[in-house]
Amino acid sequence: MSGVRLLVGTRKGLFILTSDASRRDWKVDGPHFGGWEIYHANGSPVDPDRIYVSQSGGWFGQLIQRSDDGGATWQQVDHDFAYSGEVGDHLWYDGTPRPWEFKRIWHLEPSRTELDVVYAGAEDAALYKSTDGGQKWVELTGLRTHASAPKWQPGAGGMCLHTIILDPVDPDRIFVAISAAGAFRTDDGGVTWQPINRGLQSEGIPDPDAEVGHCVHRIAQHPSRPDTLFMQKHWDVMRTDDAGDNWREISGDLPTDFGFPIAVHAHEPETIYVVPITSDSLHYVMDGKLRVYRSRTGGEQWEPLTVGLPQEHCYVNVLRDAMAVDTLDECGIYFGTSAGQVYGSADSGDTWKALVSDLPPICSVEALVLP
Amino acid sequence: MIRVVLPPHLRTLAHVTGEVRVEVAGEVTQRHVLDAVEERFPMLRGTMRDRATGKRRALVRFFACEEDLSNDSPDEPLPDRVVKGEEPFLVVGAMAGG
Repeated sequence: MSGVRLLVGTRKGLFILTSDASRRDWKVDGPHFGGWEIYHANGSPVDPDRIYVSQSGGWFGQLIQRSDDGGATWQQVDHDFAYSGEVGDHLWYDGTPRPWEFKRIWHLEPSRTELDVVYAGAEDAALYKSTDGGQKWVELTGLRTHASAPKWQPGAGGMCLHTIILDPVDPDRIFVAISAAGAFRTDDGGVTWQPINRGLQSEGIPDPDAEVGHCVHRIAQHPSRPDTLFMQKHWDVMRTDDAGDNWREISGDLPTDFGFPIAVHAHEPETIYVVPITSDSLHYVMDGKLRVYRSRTGGEQWEPLTVGLPQEHCYVNVLRDAMAVDTLDECGIYFGTSAGQVYGSADSGDTWKALVSDLPPICSVEALVLP
Repeated sequence: MIRVVLPPHLRTLAHVTGEVRVEVAGEVTQRHVLDAVEERFPMLRGTMRDRATGKRRALVRFFACEEDLSNDSPDEPLPDRVVKGEEPFLVVGAMAGG
């Protein structure tokens, strides 16, 4: 019988939750790498037992761990994330130039087809690739040296490359998103990149529809429709149907369109999920109610999903990498909160329950279906 | 042999439980001791000193003989008692946050 494994990255270690396909009872294992910040852990679509972990901390810097047996054992792989060639400048918060400086890896994206190929997104923004399971990382410099890069500026969380989408059809196409530069696409395997931000409107920058400078929080794609992307921007939920060439807003009747994560149902490419957050200055859910909003129409019309979620005195946030779906016949959806709860739904979001309640603040959640 | 005490997280990474002892070629300085530690435990590269700049990470401290040597030149000789193996060179995670 198949099952599901959740990789839950927290401020103080990695936790692994497992269940059979019923997803009723969950075993919680961890912490792995206790005391370290786990910004992200992700498994290979080729083999869910191959797991990569971004392990970092203020004291001892950035490490990468890998498991080949589902998290039973780990090996530390390479963590030399050097910027290749000339290190240029980007804009600092005060508008002055500042050299790129590596801080941490925000996101790890294993290849859909090759077990040993994996990408890593860094702060300060850069994209790295390994073709040997993390033993060596090479920067794809075309992104960081894009002509617009001197105008990129960090968001409040740093200038992080937090989203990597490997196109399921075209192996040379990759989408990335950077706070607060925006979204970018390559069609040649990472050699050259183009900003794909037309249609975004950001009132927090001097030119609201500038080519770059937008604080994109997360992008999601359904593999059956690779040209359709959904975006949770700082404010606004957006979609494109031409691989990012043009975006339009689909916030519709959301109570607030600020938020961090966005996810697509595993089997319904027009069913999407967001967690509205009160505002950019109030990073918690509205009115003390934890509500996931679902659109079954590809945006514009949204319904709150509340069954099993706290509806009073709740003031948590859900970070951009902290929502995931599984691909079982009845799609499961999961998210982790800033207060250490992991909530799960085994029925596409109709009903929820807390799978575990008192973990450290949660940075990321990924779901892997086990054979 | 130079005795080195690593902080708990680095002992975990290096798969050691107690003090480590390293052979240092040439003059016994911070730089040479840390080079020797990283040579023996490659997984610690970048955890005490920045990979790109070689500078001490901001929240790592180096102590020996009840002195804070963190801001000394990495090429200054370490105290005699460290050189003779009578005192350990301490790598310490700074007191900062929780």
